[in-house]
Amino acid sequence: MTYFKSILSAALLSATALTAPAAFADGGTLVIASTQVPRHLNGSVQSGIATAIPSTQIFASPLRYDENWEPQPYLAESWDVADDGMSVTLNLVKGATFHDGEPVEAEDVAFSIMNTKNNHPFQSMFAPVDTIDTPDAHTVVINLSKPHPALLLALSPALAPVLPKHIYDDGQDPKSHPANSAPIGSGPFMLEEFTPGEAVILKKNPNFFIDGRPMLDEIIIRIIKDPSALLIAMENQEADMYPFMAGSQEIRRLEKAEHLGVTSDGYAAVGPINWLAFNTKSEKLSDPKVRQAIAYAVDRDFITKALHRGVSSPQRGPIIEGSPFFDESIPAYDVNLDKANALMAEAGFGDGMDLTVDYIPGPKEQQQSVAEYLKSQLKKIGINVTVRAAPDFPTWAGRVSSYDFELTMDVVFNWGDPVIGVHRTYLSDNIREGVIWSNTQQYSNAKVDELLNMAAVELDSAKRAALYAEFQQLVATDLPVYWINALPYHTAYDKRLQNVPVGIWGSMHPMDTVHWGE
Amino acid sequence: MSGFLTRRILYGLMLMLGVVVLNFLLIRLAPGDPAVVIAGEMGGATEEMLESIREEYGLNEPVLVQLGIYLGNVIRGDLGESFFFNQPVAGLIAQRIGPTILLVITAQLLSILLGVFLGVLAARKPGGLMSAFVSVFATIGYAVPVFWTGIMLIILFASVFPIFPVEGMASVKLRDAPWYVQWADIAHHLILPAFTLAIIYLAQYARLSRASMLEVLGSDYIRTARAKGAAERTVLFRHALRNAALPILTVAGLQFGNLISGALLVETVFNWPGMGRLAFDSILRRDYPTIMGVLFFASAMVVVANILTDLSYRLADPRLRGRT
Repeated sequence: MTYFKSILSAALLSATALTAPAAFADGGTLVIASTQVPRHLNGSVQSGIATAIPSTQIFASPLRYDENWEPQPYLAESWDVADDGMSVTLNLVKGATFHDGEPVEAEDVAFSIMNTKNNHPFQSMFAPVDTIDTPDAHTVVINLSKPHPALLLALSPALAPVLPKHIYDDGQDPKSHPANSAPIGSGPFMLEEFTPGEAVILKKNPNFFIDGRPMLDEIIIRIIKDPSALLIAMENQEADMYPFMAGSQEIRRLEKAEHLGVTSDGYAAVGPINWLAFNTKSEKLSDPKVRQAIAYAVDRDFITKALHRGVSSPQRGPIIEGSPFFDESIPAYDVNLDKANALMAEAGFGDGMDLTVDYIPGPKEQQQSVAEYLKSQLKKIGINVTVRAAPDFPTWAGRVSSYDFELTMDVVFNWGDPVIGVHRTYLSDNIREGVIWSNTQQYSNAKVDELLNMAAVELDSAKRAALYAEFQQLVATDLPVYWINALPYHTAYDKRLQNVPVGIWGSMHPMDTVHWGE
Repeated sequence: MSGFLTRRILYGLMLMLGVVVLNFLLIRLAPGDPAVVIAGEMGGATEEMLESIREEYGLNEPVLVQLGIYLGNVIRGDLGESFFFNQPVAGLIAQRIGPTILLVITAQLLSILLGVFLGVLAARKPGGLMSAFVSVFATIGYAVPVFWTGIMLIILFASVFPIFPVEGMASVKLRDAPWYVQWADIAHHLILPAFTLAIIYLAQYARLSRASMLEVLGSDYIRTARAKGAAERTVLFRHALRNAALPILTVAGLQFGNLISGALLVETVFNWPGMGRLAFDSILRRDYPTIMGVLFFASAMVVVANILTDLSYRLADPRLRGRT
C-alpha cells in the first residue's frame, strides 16, 4: 500500500509541476508550440516557417531588420552599396565564432551566399550575384551582374544563414547534408536535440558575439500537430508562445485566456496572401472579362468579416497591404452583380458555364469554406461551380502544377521583397510545368514582364515603387489571380514574456533579446 | 515443439515478405509525386531541382526495379532514408517504437485486467446489476469510435478539468527532473491515451470473459469445489478463471494487430510520439521509405505477437503440446 502511495505522490507531484506556473531561474526556458514540422534546420536550402524559426536561432546572418524595414548590423557591423549598385561590401564583426569554436570569417559568408544561391528554392534572391571576393578575413565584396535592390533584405536571418564552410564544403549535396539535422551555426542558440516531427531543443550559446545575449537559457520548439491540443497546451501553460496561428476560433479563444497576449504584429515581411488563381489557358477563363466578372461577384468583406469572424483583412493586390510597395489605388472590385453579369455576356458566356474550384488542403476556414461560398455566390452570375477537394497536399499540388485545374484557392507568401515572393507568380518565363508555386496560372503579359524586370534592378526606392504600382494596376486588370485576404497570422504569448518577436519577420528572427519578466 | 516454432517463424517471414511487396505496390498507386511534395516543402523548386530530387531518391526507375532494390536493402537490414527528413528510417522508427510499445502494452494489459475483472463480476450474477452494466458498457465500447472517445476525454480531462496533459508523452519542462518525477510524468501523460485505446477492447474482454465464465461456472468441477466449501473468491479466480482464460488468450493475440492500428488514431489525437503518428504524417507526405519502414515493423510486431500467442496457448493447454 505504501508503494502505491509513493507512486500516487510522485504522480501528483508531476501533475502539480505541470499545472502550476513554472518558476524561471536566470534566463529560463521558452516553449514555442507549433503545428509546423521542419524537415531539417538549415534555412539555406529550405524555405518555410517550420525551418526558419529554429534556423534563425541557430545561424546568424549578415544583417537583421527592425520593425521599420531598416537593415541593422548583425554579423556585418557595417555595409556599403556601390553607387552603381553593382557591388555590396560587408564588413564583418571580429570575434564571432561558430558553436564549435571556429571563427566566422569572410570565406564562410561567401560560401553561404553561393550555397543559398545554388540550392535555395527562391532562385531570384541571389540570382544576380556573380562572384564574391574576400580581400581579408572580415571583408566580403558581393559582385552583381546587375543592380539588385532586394539583396539587403535577402541577407536577413530567415533567408541567408551563414554556414560553417569547414563543415559544409565537403562535397556532399547541401540539400541532404547530414549537418542539416545537427547544425553548427553562430547564432544565439545552439542545437541540443532534434527529434524529427516532435521537438527542437536549443540552448543558450555562451559565446554569442553580442554581449549579454541571448537572455533566455533555452528555447524548446514543441510540435503539436493537433490545433485543439495545442490550444489546450497554451491555456494550461504547457507552452508559452504560439506563432503563425491563423484560425479565427483559435485566436478568439486564446484572446480570452487571462495570462496570454495575442497580437497580429510580426508578419509584415511574410506577406501571406490567400487567393483564387485562374488557369488562364482554360478556354472558359482565357478572357479577362470572365475573371473580372468573378471578381465582381465575390464579396471580400463577407469572407473576412463573416467566414473569418473579422480576424483576417481584405487583400486587393499581389503585394501585401502594409508593404512599402503596395499601391492603394488599384481596383477593389466591390461587389456588383449587374456588372458581373454584363461582363459574362460580353465574354460570350451569357448562358453561364460550369467551373471546378480546387483548394489547397489546409485550414477549412481559409480554404474549403471560401470555396463553398464561391459556389453559392458565382451561381448568381450563371456559373455552376463544383468544389473539388484533394485528400492531401501531393494530390492538389500534382493537379495544379500539371495545369489540371480551372480555379484554385492557394496561399502564397510575399517573403519580404517582391523580387523574392511576388515575381514568381506573374513572370512569363516562370511558367514551369510540374513546379508548384511557379506561374501555374500560365499568365503572360510582356508589359508585366518588362515592369518586373525593371523593378528588380531599380535602386531608387521611389522609382521602384512607381514600377510596382504600374505592375499592380496591370495585373489587377488582367486578374490572373483574384486576391482575397491576408492570412490572419497571430502570435499568442505568455504576458510575462518580454520583447516578443513582432518585427517584420516575427519569430523567424533571432530571439536573443526575448526574456521573462516578473 | 521446435519444429512447430520453426514452421511458425517461416510462415511469419513469408507473410512479412508478402506484406512488404503488397504495401510497396499499393503506396505507389496513390496519386502525388514525392518530388513535388519535397519541392513544395522547400517552398517551390525549379525543374532541375525536381529532377535531381527524383534521381537522388531513385524515383526515376521503373516501379519493379525500385521494388527489387528495396527488397535487397531490407534483406541487408537497410530500410532506406526518409524522403522528408533525410534521415535513416531505422533511426526515426527507433525513436518512436518505444512510445508505441508502451502505449500498446499498457492498453492491452489495462483492457485484459479490467475487462476480465468486470466479466468475472458480471458472471457471478448473470441477471444482476453488474451484468447489465457490463453488457451496456460493452455495447457502447464497441460502438464508439476510438478517436471520438479520445477527443471527448481531452475536452473533459484536459480542458474543462485540466487534470491531464495533452502535450505528447512527457513534459519538456521536466526534462532535467529526477528520474522518478519523469516516470510519474510519463505515467501522467499515458493515462488518457492508454484508456482511450483500451476501452474498445476492455468491453470486448468483459463480454468474452463473462460468457466464458458463465459456461465454466456451470461445470461439475465448480459445483464440486463449492460443495467442498471453497470460498467464492477461490472458486471464481482460482478454479473457474483458469479454464475460462483460454479463449481470452486467443483473442488477446488476435487483437494485438488491431491495437496497433488503433494506436495510429490514438497517437494522432493525443500527440503521442509513436510510430502511428509517423505513419500518418508520412502517408500525407508520400514519404515512401518511412511508410514502408513503419508498416514493416508493425507487421513484424503482429507476427511476433501471434507466435507468442500460439506458444502461450500451448503452455496454458497441455493437450496441445503434443501437436505440431
